[in-house]
Amino acid sequence: MSRRLARLLAVAVFPMLVLAGCGGTGKPTGAGTTAGEPSSMPSMSMSAPAATGSATGDGAVSIQGFAFAPATITVKVGTTVIWQNADGEPHTVTARDKSFASATLNTGGTYRFTFTRPGRYEYLCTIHPFMTATVVVTP
Amino acid sequence: MSGVPEEAGPRGMSRRQLLRHSAWFGSAVVLTVAGGEVISHVAGTPVPPAAQDPGALRFVQVSDSHLGFTGAANTDVTGSFARAIEQINALPYRPDFVMHTGDLTHLSRPAEFDQVQQMMNGLRTDRTWTVPGEHDSVDDAGQKYRARFGAGTRGEGWYSFDIRGVHVIGLVNTLSLEKLGHLGTDQLDFVRTDVAGLGSDTPIVVFSHIPLFAMYPTWGWGTDDATQALGHLRRFSSVTCLNGHVHQLFSKTEGNITFHSATTTAYPLPHPGEGSAPAPVTLPAGKLRDALGIREVGYVGSGQPLAVKDRPLA
Repeated sequence: MSRRLARLLAVAVFPMLVLAGCGGTGKPTGAGTTAGEPSSMPSMSMSAPAATGSATGDGAVSIQGFAFAPATITVKVGTTVIWQNADGEPHTVTARDKSFASATLNTGGTYRFTFTRPGRYEYLCTIHPFMTATVVVTP
Repeated sequence: MSGVPEEAGPRGMSRRQLLRHSAWFGSAVVLTVAGGEVISHVAGTPVPPAAQDPGALRFVQVSDSHLGFTGAANTDVTGSFARAIEQINALPYRPDFVMHTGDLTHLSRPAEFDQVQQMMNGLRTDRTWTVPGEHDSVDDAGQKYRARFGAGTRGEGWYSFDIRGVHVIGLVNTLSLEKLGHLGTDQLDFVRTDVAGLGSDTPIVVFSHIPLFAMYPTWGWGTDDATQALGHLRRFSSVTCLNGHVHQLFSKTEGNITFHSATTTAYPLPHPGEGSAPAPVTLPAGKLRDALGIREVGYVGSGQPLAVKDRPLA
């Protein structure tokens, strides 16, 4: 009886532990999130930006041909900007003032950051620093 | 813009030769310093006469191994780097040191650092040195790089040493979040004080990842404050700056200073301004080996011309 009970417990409890583990460590903390490794999180990294329905909405920046497009994007405070790497080479989205920084974005990888303060944010790709661009956040 | 190679090409080197040699692949460049003269040739080819001088400083430069790269331009960068190491270990002499001028890894992953470190431990040499490339500090401003390769260095990883009468400086110009390579005031101060006590006839060899000359700033192939660093080296009769980053051979002289960009062991990049971006170039099958060649460079110092001999492999 005791052995059968242990086996039942193992079957019932183990998946819960796995789920708990995912919930606790699977998401980066902070305002920015990265899905830079498509192999590890395919559903997240490949999903298209979803409309929020809010007044500010999302801003989208494409990374293609070793350039950020648009090179300057202007958004209102509270906007989540989403970058997607459409290049064959990896890139990063890294603020010069270090206020935000993605992990390495492989092909198809996305990074999103919500801007909560007005200002002018210059950023670049740490792998190809000649790739520079700006986010302007208005009140 | 397309005029850059002709303008800056080494003496006697045609554009056709430059194109041929820019496709070198998986090769290690051997540099020999004897009597203030630096002579380079590709490993596996006949050793130039100066290399047979028992008092000569002999060292090898490899660059841009990009371990972890998986693109079509080279589907086996590990194998290519292993081949370069085999070439070095097959030299008829034991190099005083082997220098890797950065982009050891492709994405700064711990496993990539582990692998490149393990492979370099197999080099038959007295000492290996490195300088970091921007691919070695993708997400941590170089912390993982310095944990493995930064022992005994100063600041963010720069250093100098003397060997066989030659003063060698290893610089870091890939860590600040600037469009071009950048040294910064701390490192400029280091260069100034480092050479202050040296006699002007001391041969100087400077290593960096990004070129210290403006090879093609549009693609970041230059260092915005290099002029200040080089200003501290103007009084020396022989200064040789050796870099990686551009994945192609290229040389130029500015007064007493000679610059040599090294090729890569991983994959070619376009020539300056050819195409819209410095993306890896996939050559037709078999073309890489066909394009191998040797370059011998003699640099004798003030008042003497730079001697460059470019020859395809036999």
